[in-house]
Amino acid sequence: MSIEKGRDITVSVLKFNPKSKASKPHFVDYKLEETPGMTLFIALTYIRENLDPDLSFDFVCRAGICGSCGMVVNGKPALGCRTLIANYPDGKIQLMPMPAFELIKDLSINTGKWMDDMSRRVESWVHTNEEVDISKIEEKVDPDVADEVFELDRCIECGICVSSCGTKLMRPDFVGAVGLNRVARFEVDPHDNRTADDFYELVGDDDGIFGCMSLLACEDHCPKHLPLQNKIAYLRRKLVALR
Amino acid sequence: MKINYCDALVIGGGLAGLRAAVAAQTKGLSTVVLSLVPVKRSHSAAAQGGMQASLGNSKMSQGDNEDLHFADTVKGSDWGCDQEVARMFVHTAPKAIRELAGWGVPWSRVREGSREAVINAKKTTITEDADVHGLITSRDFGGTKKWRTCYTADATGHTMLFGVANEALKIEVDIRDRKEALSLIHDGGRCYGAIVRDLITGELEAYVSKGTCISTGGYGRLFKQTTNAVICEGTGQAIALETGIATLGNMEAVQFHPTPIVPSGILLTEGCRGDGGILRDVDGHRFMPDYEPEKKELASRDVVSRRMIEHIRNGKGVPSPYGDHIWLDISILGREHIEKNLRDVQEICQIFNGIDPADEGKKGWAPVLPMQHYSMGGIRTKKTGESQTLDGLFSCGESACWDMHGFNRLGGNSVSETVVAGMIVGNYFADYCLENDVEIKTSTVKKFLNEQDEYLDEILEYNGEEDIFRIKNTMQNLMDNKVGIFRDGEKLTAAVIELEELLKKTKQITVKSKEKIGNPELEEAYRVPRMLKLALCVAKGARERTESRGAHYREDFLKRDDANWLNRTITTWPNASDTQPTIAYEEIDIMTMEMPPAFRGYGAKGMIIENDLSEKRQAEVDEIREKLETEGKDRHAIQDALLNFDLPMNYRQNNERVGDK
Repeated sequence: MSIEKGRDITVSVLKFNPKSKASKPHFVDYKLEETPGMTLFIALTYIRENLDPDLSFDFVCRAGICGSCGMVVNGKPALGCRTLIANYPDGKIQLMPMPAFELIKDLSINTGKWMDDMSRRVESWVHTNEEVDISKIEEKVDPDVADEVFELDRCIECGICVSSCGTKLMRPDFVGAVGLNRVARFEVDPHDNRTADDFYELVGDDDGIFGCMSLLACEDHCPKHLPLQNKIAYLRRKLVALR
Repeated sequence: MKINYCDALVIGGGLAGLRAAVAAQTKGLSTVVLSLVPVKRSHSAAAQGGMQASLGNSKMSQGDNEDLHFADTVKGSDWGCDQEVARMFVHTAPKAIRELAGWGVPWSRVREGSREAVINAKKTTITEDADVHGLITSRDFGGTKKWRTCYTADATGHTMLFGVANEALKIEVDIRDRKEALSLIHDGGRCYGAIVRDLITGELEAYVSKGTCISTGGYGRLFKQTTNAVICEGTGQAIALETGIATLGNMEAVQFHPTPIVPSGILLTEGCRGDGGILRDVDGHRFMPDYEPEKKELASRDVVSRRMIEHIRNGKGVPSPYGDHIWLDISILGREHIEKNLRDVQEICQIFNGIDPADEGKKGWAPVLPMQHYSMGGIRTKKTGESQTLDGLFSCGESACWDMHGFNRLGGNSVSETVVAGMIVGNYFADYCLENDVEIKTSTVKKFLNEQDEYLDEILEYNGEEDIFRIKNTMQNLMDNKVGIFRDGEKLTAAVIELEELLKKTKQITVKSKEKIGNPELEEAYRVPRMLKLALCVAKGARERTESRGAHYREDFLKRDDANWLNRTITTWPNASDTQPTIAYEEIDIMTMEMPPAFRGYGAKGMIIENDLSEKRQAEVDEIREKLETEGKDRHAIQDALLNFDLPMNYRQNNERVGDK
């Protein structure tokens, strides 16, 4: 069976290497033929292999699981690997690196460093003094509670919530929906002994839970459809009651 | 020259590397983890369906224990595994999962009462007892006697990876991402760290350490059609190979998973079939029971993959623009089950193929085809995880040939191996770093750094007609077509010749940009030759192995040959100027086995060339077992008499279970 010739599409990419004195931000248009089921992963790989070997971008799993490939697609942040070219009827796609993160080059940004800092800031680990004897039967957890923790643990730290956040524009140190979701996750985890007061110490300020203006762009764009706004509202009510 | 000193250097920040780093840091060592990508983006995150550990909590796993897990693992490996290592593994797996629960991994839990499940395409009611409510539950996977695969919906690797990475952050392991190891520093037969390139600045630096552990995952990207992430290029194994001293084991043992989706190659977890999903052909017929009446869709992966291709060859494939495929039907599990337990699978089908697998009937069927999935081969190690030939170099996880998988890995045993080997090898590795000093001259370190620096300059000066991307694509297609699921001498011989040619051509390219910073083509230009060396190890090892065992299937040698081939392929690359690897073999001793070679219980019958020792050892095993049973000894004592094994820390303690008397 042969494959019909696909549409001609144009992918326009903002190129810039901040480490080069000669480099200035500029758009480069790449023209290529669409193939069935083509995603931005497939398109950008084709461009690098055939049109511009100097184009930098990040993909790892190419299946929407690892969170590496957040980029601004026609003005909206999205995972490149999950973006189907077929969903753009005019065949024109403009790509820019996500804002709010350090630019490495072209579409490549340093989300890893930001997320590490966030994880340390909200102490993104189980706090407990109990020694677990791993030869013994594990502690019981209600199945509903385990499911609830899992729901919030599904975050892949792609950074899309941060780059779509209005507060982050005004407050450079804002911990982002990703950070607040992480706090909410450990708050429901029965293994974690931290109290509301402990969480208040971590995020009880305008760079944390009280900074959020509830603009909802985080939830609108979250590729894992996490209940960010509900969880932020819940956390805010809980922490504001403490003071 | 920048030299970073540390006690313990871990290359690779997936589950295995991070868990090994936690072991080293916990023993008071200054520990550095280097990773190509932010560690939480490692390919471990893509493990969907679950982790095998014989907890035996839920109804369908009652009575499970280490002995059953061991037997399943050995059969799965087609007797290629090291049985002592398999024992070490199955004994530690329950501890690993319980440790992770304490680190916050939200394992799905048993719920008391009745629920409906689909078993063998029939709705069945399972009732869980009240006393196990809240313990870790498990699902069914291929090739296992009990429901042993513990999970967090279908995002198991993701939650495990975040759990272990968070623990590493908590104890302040020094994690540095976007760092790529280009070569290992070694002197006098001992490894002292690595020469590393910063992928942001392009700068080369040396990391000098008492011990080095490679945990860089598999080499799936040698193939075109693979479920593996784009970073799984096998460069960890390649830099070990390039020392000329370290050896690789069983590189031809490559697993093909039955159900990646067509055409993107994204995996749909084995949990789909474990939970009751079935395979259908062009007529909508469920064909697996025709081939495998007992295990059906849940035979081991190598068997199911071959049966699918066999069925397609019989003219029963579903035609598509991407060639013939098979249907995976999970719609029979019902929407509620899919939207809770197979949500990522549903999203993948919706986003990449426009299919909702929860839709009833043909509308919800997903196109699948076997593709490369797992590398059983890797850096050959001792039981401690240390290279057999290069002191101070350790390896754990998929990058290693430790060797618990032999010639085929069971589903759910891979993420399980990452954390279990991270615990076991990580502790042996830490002990090595505690007991040994750095004894290398900085001038020697400088020599290794200069070599890599000059190599990069040399690549930028190449001035030929070839294109590195084209070479890579040619290699990947060739590996699919000639070193894939069905192999024969003719295709493999051609593959070795063509790969050797491609390796030579990597010096006849031109890298267009001469920048040393942010130059993706330069990165390909130094990675692809290393990938080609590994591809040659795979192809040549496959060509030489004139038998079929596990995932290595020769159409010209259909039988498993225990008389001649019960051994491990050992590959080296003694001289940098060589264009082919050197191959030797390591015997596997039947007379020390707890479970001598026999029929696996699935796959074609009568396809074994027996080794006389198998029967002899079986008689010994039976005799010992009978004698001890008469003496009233328990299963632990009997096992100990058959095969003795050691573990570090307190991992040798027995695992408590609900069913214990």
